[in-house]
Amino acid sequence: MTVESTAPRKPRRSAGTKSTAGKRTTARKSPHAEPELVQLLTPEGERVENAEYDKYVAGITPEELRGLYRDMVLTRRFDAEATSLQRQGELGLWASLLGQEAAQIGSGRALRDDDYVFPTYREHGVAWCRGVDPTNLLGMFRGVNNGGWDPNGNNFHLYTIVIGSQTLHATGYAMGIAKDGADSAVIAYFGDGASSQGDVAESFTFSAVYNAPVVFFCQNNQWAISEPTEKQTRVPLYQRAQGFGFPGVRVDGNDVLASLAVTKWALERARSGEGPTLVEAYTYRMGAHTTSDDPTRYRGDEERLAWEAKDPILRLRRYLEASNHADEGFFAELEAESEALGRRVREAVRAMPDPDHFAMFENVYADGHALVDEERAQFAAYQASFADVEGA
Amino acid sequence: MAAEKMALAKAINESLRSALEADPKVLVMGEDVGKLGGVFRVTDGLQKDFGESRVIDTPLAESGIVGTAIGLALRGYRPVVEIQFDGFVFPAYDQIVTQLAKMHARSLGKVKLPVVVRIPYGGGIGAVEHHSESPEALFAHVSGLKVVSPSNASDAYWMMQQAIQSDDPVIFFEPKRRYWDKAEVNTEAIPGPLHKARVVREGTDLTLAAYGPMVKLCQEVADAAAEEGKSLEVLDLRSVSPLDFDSIQTSVEKTRRLVVVHEAPVFFGSGAEIAARITERCFYHLEAPVLRVGGYHAPYPPARLEEEYLPGLDRVLDAVDRALAY
Ligand SMILES: Cc1ncc(C[n+]2csc(CCOP(=O)(O)OP(=O)(O)O)c2C)c(N)n1
Repeated sequence: MTVESTAPRKPRRSAGTKSTAGKRTTARKSPHAEPELVQLLTPEGERVENAEYDKYVAGITPEELRGLYRDMVLTRRFDAEATSLQRQGELGLWASLLGQEAAQIGSGRALRDDDYVFPTYREHGVAWCRGVDPTNLLGMFRGVNNGGWDPNGNNFHLYTIVIGSQTLHATGYAMGIAKDGADSAVIAYFGDGASSQGDVAESFTFSAVYNAPVVFFCQNNQWAISEPTEKQTRVPLYQRAQGFGFPGVRVDGNDVLASLAVTKWALERARSGEGPTLVEAYTYRMGAHTTSDDPTRYRGDEERLAWEAKDPILRLRRYLEASNHADEGFFAELEAESEALGRRVREAVRAMPDPDHFAMFENVYADGHALVDEERAQFAAYQASFADVEGA
Repeated sequence: MAAEKMALAKAINESLRSALEADPKVLVMGEDVGKLGGVFRVTDGLQKDFGESRVIDTPLAESGIVGTAIGLALRGYRPVVEIQFDGFVFPAYDQIVTQLAKMHARSLGKVKLPVVVRIPYGGGIGAVEHHSESPEALFAHVSGLKVVSPSNASDAYWMMQQAIQSDDPVIFFEPKRRYWDKAEVNTEAIPGPLHKARVVREGTDLTLAAYGPMVKLCQEVADAAAEEGKSLEVLDLRSVSPLDFDSIQTSVEKTRRLVVVHEAPVFFGSGAEIAARITERCFYHLEAPVLRVGGYHAPYPPARLEEEYLPGLDRVLDAVDRALAY
């Protein structure tokens, strides 16, 4: 297995054999085709050795492995339930994580409780790892709130829809940790599309200059709505870090063990004062961008089929079975648990009340504001005028 | 094709198509505008017909989109850029406000920036955060920019033609909840000036002034008021900057009452400017203060509350009643 990283203390292995010779037309060097990535489990579920990263998962127990499997299965079940709830009109929109379970569970399980997470809008698996009740994630997609959980409850920040904004918040938070002399770390999630935003470049600059303990976790799921990664970059994304002065590494994002190991490595660097790291989790968004998207307009089935063969859940299952770390009973129990979760989510969404009309005037300011008070009063009077009519 | 019924989104598509055909310097740029045809399909089929060098899928970077459009315009191109949703224009706000709007003045008129920034805006489609806002006042406040918003397919077609032909930057707000509304579009008509308001319904008792998505609502309000024997005049302002105060004045001198309706927050909104100027111009004609109906001084709420936030039939009728009661 090969490792490609800009970390100075890493030995450079085989540089890949891809040649663009003979393709003079657009001479596009596809970041898709870059072969080097950290992998600990092959798609067939075989454990492969990796001199750099094995140590980060060396002591992992069968129980922990089953735990990772369980996390991925339940996250997928939750995601599927949300997708069908959207189809049934219970949610206005859903951004599915289908295919990205290993990247999210692997990185999410690498975190400590005192670490802080800055997600985008698709990190349902990371939220799961943080102990955020999955039904809390559905409020904004149902349209009853714009977030709806206390970010400090689980050190899991609110979802951020504006692309890339949260990478700067993560950097600032990490700068604060460093100022406090604490040893926790921050992880910021974003997509390959987001990597083009100025905010992301600025967060790289700030984090490098201030040596902030932040891990940038880019899930390269190959697509930014209809735009392939080639529309964002001509070099593999992880290589960007080098230009900012910190290491970048590409990990097989469909390999939960590798995602766990690489994220642990990056977090350890952060904790020990070595500054930021960029992790590019090379993965695939198997479904549509969101439920409003129609991927048939821009990509063919072959690509998806090729990625299905690398399914993150199947891969770990094969490994668990081959190594006798899990028996039929485990899988059956998990299946039942999964159904129960689906049911719970369905019921919770249907029971979710619409917000009170006055909610829109709440929390506009921390200190209160005369204009908001005035408009709230006008709104109340206006609403009351209907009551009069109805009562008459 | 001369006159044809089409949806507003399709009318913009046809307008872009004819602009791309007519002038090789016209470019269409933005996120997902190519194969996908934009998330609202406004640019559907254009890349297929005009190629990737005319209809350009850009990296996900709004500052980059507007900034490079400025550079392309400096080089003689006429870029029409798409911002995917209203709430995502802000990464580009710096480029729009500090560069796009001011370069003409800074160069003493030597540099022209014929850039159109298309922004699907407004609510009513049940979207998540940042997908339903009406930031037109933020742009109208900036000198050097034209800010317009069509309310129907015919205007969408023609105003886009005029925006592309304009040598000034135009912020083109598209009322996304009206994208699917159909109207007759005559592509051979001779359009009125881009900044001119239009009386869409004559009336004698009160003037309703609106633009973009609120024009249709005001027409419905006028219908409802007519059933109660009230005669409302409806003005489609079409352009927020410049604003056609003369047309508003003419109407108000006739009806003596004015209600301005927009989705954006009322506080420091375009209605405030209209109220102030019309009060100045028509002080002795007015029978009632100019009233405004719009959004609250609160973030655009989650989808299940937007009906309470957005001006609807009842809220506008309520303002009409209040104005008529003076
Ligand atoms: C500033 C900004 N511009 C545009 C959008 C609209 N938008 C939402 S998601 C998305 C694609 C994001 O792709 P990527 O960063 O790769 O993340 P992914 O959705 O694939 O996880 C776009 C263009 C946005 N949310 N914010």
